[in-house]
Amino acid sequence: MTATAPRRTGAVTPGRGSGGPAPRRAAITAGTLRKDRWWLQPLITVVILAAFVAYSSFRAFQNAHYFAEPYISPFYSPCLTTACEGDTFPKLFTGPAWISPALYILVIPLGLRLTCYYYRKTYYRSFWLSPPACAVAEPHRRYTGETRLPLLGQNIHRYALYGALVFNVILTYDAVLAFRNEEGEWGHMGLGTLVLLTNAALLWLYSLSCHSCRHIIGGRLNHFSRHPLRYKAWTRISALNGRHAMFAWLSLFSVALADVYVFLLATGTISDLRFF
Amino acid sequence: MELEKHSYDVVVVGAGGAGLRAAIEAHESGARTAVVCKSLLGKAHTVMAEGGIAAAMANLYPEDNWRVHFRDTMRGGKMLNHWRMAQLHAQEAPDRVRELEDWGALFDRTPDGLISQRDFGGHRYARLAHVGDRTGLELIRTLQQRTVALGIDVYMECTVTRLLTNDDGITGAFGYWRESGRFIAWQAPSVVLATGGIGKSYKVTSNSWEYTGDGHSLALQAGATLVNMEFVQFHPTGMVWPPSVRGILVTESVRGDGGILKNSAGNRFMFDYIPDFFRKETAETEAEADRWYDDKKNNRRPPELLPRDEVARAINSEVKAGRGTPHGGVFLDIASRRSADYIRKRLPSMYHQFKELAEVDITAEAMEVGPTCHYVMGGVEVEPDTEAARVPGLFAAGEVAGGMHGSNRLGGNSLSDLLVFGRRAGAAAAEHAQGRAGRVDLPDEALADAGRAALAPFDREGGENPYTVQHDLQQTMHDLVGIIRTAPEMEQALERIEELKARVANLSVEGHRQYNPGWHLALDLPHMLIVSECIARAALEREESRGGHTRDDFPGPVEEWGRTNLICTPTPDGGVAVRRQPLPQMPPELAEIFEEVS
Amino acid sequence: MSYDAAFRVWRGDASGGDLQDFRVEVNEGEVVLDVIHRLQATQAGDLAVRWNCKAGKCGSCSAEINGRPRLMCMTRMSTFGEDETVTVTPMRTFPVIRDLVTDVSFNYEKAAQIPAFTPRPRDEDGNHRMQQIDVERSQEFRKCIECFLCQDTCHVIRDHEENKAVFAGPRFLIRLAELDMHPLDVVDRKHAAQDEFGLGYCNITKCCSEVCPENIHLTDNGIIPLKERVVDRKFDPLTWLGDKIGRRPKD
Repeated sequence: MTATAPRRTGAVTPGRGSGGPAPRRAAITAGTLRKDRWWLQPLITVVILAAFVAYSSFRAFQNAHYFAEPYISPFYSPCLTTACEGDTFPKLFTGPAWISPALYILVIPLGLRLTCYYYRKTYYRSFWLSPPACAVAEPHRRYTGETRLPLLGQNIHRYALYGALVFNVILTYDAVLAFRNEEGEWGHMGLGTLVLLTNAALLWLYSLSCHSCRHIIGGRLNHFSRHPLRYKAWTRISALNGRHAMFAWLSLFSVALADVYVFLLATGTISDLRFF
Repeated sequence: MELEKHSYDVVVVGAGGAGLRAAIEAHESGARTAVVCKSLLGKAHTVMAEGGIAAAMANLYPEDNWRVHFRDTMRGGKMLNHWRMAQLHAQEAPDRVRELEDWGALFDRTPDGLISQRDFGGHRYARLAHVGDRTGLELIRTLQQRTVALGIDVYMECTVTRLLTNDDGITGAFGYWRESGRFIAWQAPSVVLATGGIGKSYKVTSNSWEYTGDGHSLALQAGATLVNMEFVQFHPTGMVWPPSVRGILVTESVRGDGGILKNSAGNRFMFDYIPDFFRKETAETEAEADRWYDDKKNNRRPPELLPRDEVARAINSEVKAGRGTPHGGVFLDIASRRSADYIRKRLPSMYHQFKELAEVDITAEAMEVGPTCHYVMGGVEVEPDTEAARVPGLFAAGEVAGGMHGSNRLGGNSLSDLLVFGRRAGAAAAEHAQGRAGRVDLPDEALADAGRAALAPFDREGGENPYTVQHDLQQTMHDLVGIIRTAPEMEQALERIEELKARVANLSVEGHRQYNPGWHLALDLPHMLIVSECIARAALEREESRGGHTRDDFPGPVEEWGRTNLICTPTPDGGVAVRRQPLPQMPPELAEIFEEVS
Repeated sequence: MSYDAAFRVWRGDASGGDLQDFRVEVNEGEVVLDVIHRLQATQAGDLAVRWNCKAGKCGSCSAEINGRPRLMCMTRMSTFGEDETVTVTPMRTFPVIRDLVTDVSFNYEKAAQIPAFTPRPRDEDGNHRMQQIDVERSQEFRKCIECFLCQDTCHVIRDHEENKAVFAGPRFLIRLAELDMHPLDVVDRKHAAQDEFGLGYCNITKCCSEVCPENIHLTDNGIIPLKERVVDRKFDPLTWLGDKIGRRPKD
């Protein structure tokens, strides 16, 4: 018997009296009584994410202007096909020329962000309105959350993370290559180097601060004291994890910015500011 | 009359620490057990306990043992404690704490992985098992989860208005669902009272609305006796500002962890208030007091950690002498003595409480504090080993029971009291029920009478609002039977209580029976009045000052009174009579303890 | 320092009710619960409200203030303008009993369904040994005062009554996380978390963390780690295989 069982015994449910109405919620018709501008946050999110999706789709399908010696756009790195501009990465296969190399690549970072615990919160709230804001009624009649496919698939987040870590290595490699000049000589640096470095750093911070990463590093342990090193790593990752949302946005902007910068160089709109 | 009836072996009234511990024990002894509580399960006042559970586990100080704890408890209570209760308490507390861990409690740890223990006023060694400053919450949640796991029936938001008896003792209890106002009765040969205290009769109190003294009053009406009701503990540190939070507790841990008390002139005034009784074990200089936190062997404790009655009186005197803060308290300063990180780590809920309720950052500024009514040492007179009251089948444990704490309770001894005596009461209640199973019934006319009494406030029209009467009672007790007492004031209080009784008899309430707080209060008021009368009568009788009872007209302790208990008994006209009864004398092997440890 | 505030309080019961307007005195330093009590004492003696400690420690006085789930005792009047109308309604997710009091028995039923804590045996000297760093995570969840504001705000049951049967709510997901991380507990509740308590219904939109008066990080420290632990057990082929062939030691 449960702790509350006695409240259910007898002919009458206590609290409502005999013949009274069945248990019902308070009759309040308004979907929310919040007076603040709760709709602002989801609106801003929609605008920014939509802009990013539009821009990145345009760039991914454009299949051009993604390489300007010594820089490659993060959308196109690692450029795996023989159809690539530039030569930053060993070419692995020859794909149909009409398929942009970016499309092979973007699956992984997109997958990471799509299954990221932070982005999930963001897009469930702002795009799916489930819920649009706390204590604001959602418009859907039914809700099953992440209990069935396709959303059950969110559980693969950690595999997306593993993939993204590989990409981080490659983008870091790209940033290192950017310490060359247009002739391929080492020991030079320009504004583009800084852009790629910053982007790589933010991507590392974003992936390392991820909840799955935190779990794998140490979160799954029940006795930290038996694993002092992993505990230490876990506390560091936990500190980063507190700022996961910030890194999610910053790295999104930095990727777009890095691409814009390379695009502008490649189209000759601007020229790189060389430091030395 | 519509009535829901249930039958049990043991009915526990109250779901705080003592009630739940009693229920668990009764259930495990094989009794069919129910718990009845006025609030939701897990909301009882035990959650407010902050500091810890006193138990001589010797996890930090191997020198600690039950004899030292026993001695501290008796000395804290100015030797008026029932020696047997103090002994059982000190002996059994460590096991009661350990078993909480088997039920899921997670105490803070020592470096060795054992339960950590903290310093508290009046305890010679760091002795309080704790979880930050929310130990009460941990205790209640652990017992709650255990209760649920065992499948014990819990009647939530249900108020008991009467104990039912026949010539052989307890037969059950009568009450109503707060939700619906519908009546309910339990037939049971054993009832355990674990209803807590009486603080709601005072204006400034750390207690919640539940603390109406209903358990004391129910026991009295059933024919049981109350012991030493004059001893009411005013906790030295309650919040004083803003007015709406006045009285909310500021844990003693603030002082245990390094906080000091200062008056408006910035003086650490407690050094001026060290009584001779404690002079040998209290630091004389600030330097020695400060060294004590790190080296307890070679230094004596700071005077801020004297027992609560001493500190409360000192604060009261400072404020009266015009050395108080703007809002009528004194300063409790930990900000200038410990790092912000340390404070946030050790006292998270205090930090939170001041930040949210008073907009004070305790890591940066001093708190303003003053005495607040906190605990009643007096209560139902019980057999120490079984917690049996003078009515067969009636048991009492926790704050509602008397005797354990003498004239003043040490911090931390309350939570251990709940566990030790809750368990004993549960076991004894189950055993009593075994002998009486099937021999109790509830006569209809007794139930009908209880029902009529409960509905009386609805029958009257145009009477007074219960909230006004409650307010006047609180003001009376605050002004006339507070920390410092005099005979004329208490006589005046008794007169006013008589007037209030007449007003309560004419109360009327609006609305209907469903969740009606006005009605609930109207039914609580008679309890509050009778308990207030007990306190005032006993306080008037005891012509000395001791522990939680300070008489301006009899400023010192009197040896003769140190051997005397005051017993409250009901009179036929619904009043209270007080008589003297000798204090049980402890056997020589215990008396020795006071010689051996200095 | 005192002024008259405009209050709108929902009054009624399961058969219906509405928002009623009051003007009531407010003094310096007061919280919403003080004002509700003044209403009770002066204008509406039978106004039903549940409360206990009035210090944010017991979690009884949960309600919705201007549409946001809050503890009435911890909502200071100074957070509102003097000319602002303060609307107080009962928690929406639970059936109303009367006025601001709701029937929260859903929570007690869910609590009773969770497999109880089951400790490993004590050490030989009768003690349990645990390091502070091993207990801290579960201690965070044990700060919970069971105000049920997280349950109230969670859209899974707030907006979908039918999900109450299959979803335990944030409070009990962190209870499961607490037990799963408990250094002494020996029962595995991961499958139950997913299959019986509806962990998958949570779409981590974090409203529970936003309303928690104890500042417990329900999502980041409780529910998400629990989801990851379930992934270990249910959706990770490597650990699944490791478990099957018994190569993977239980931590």
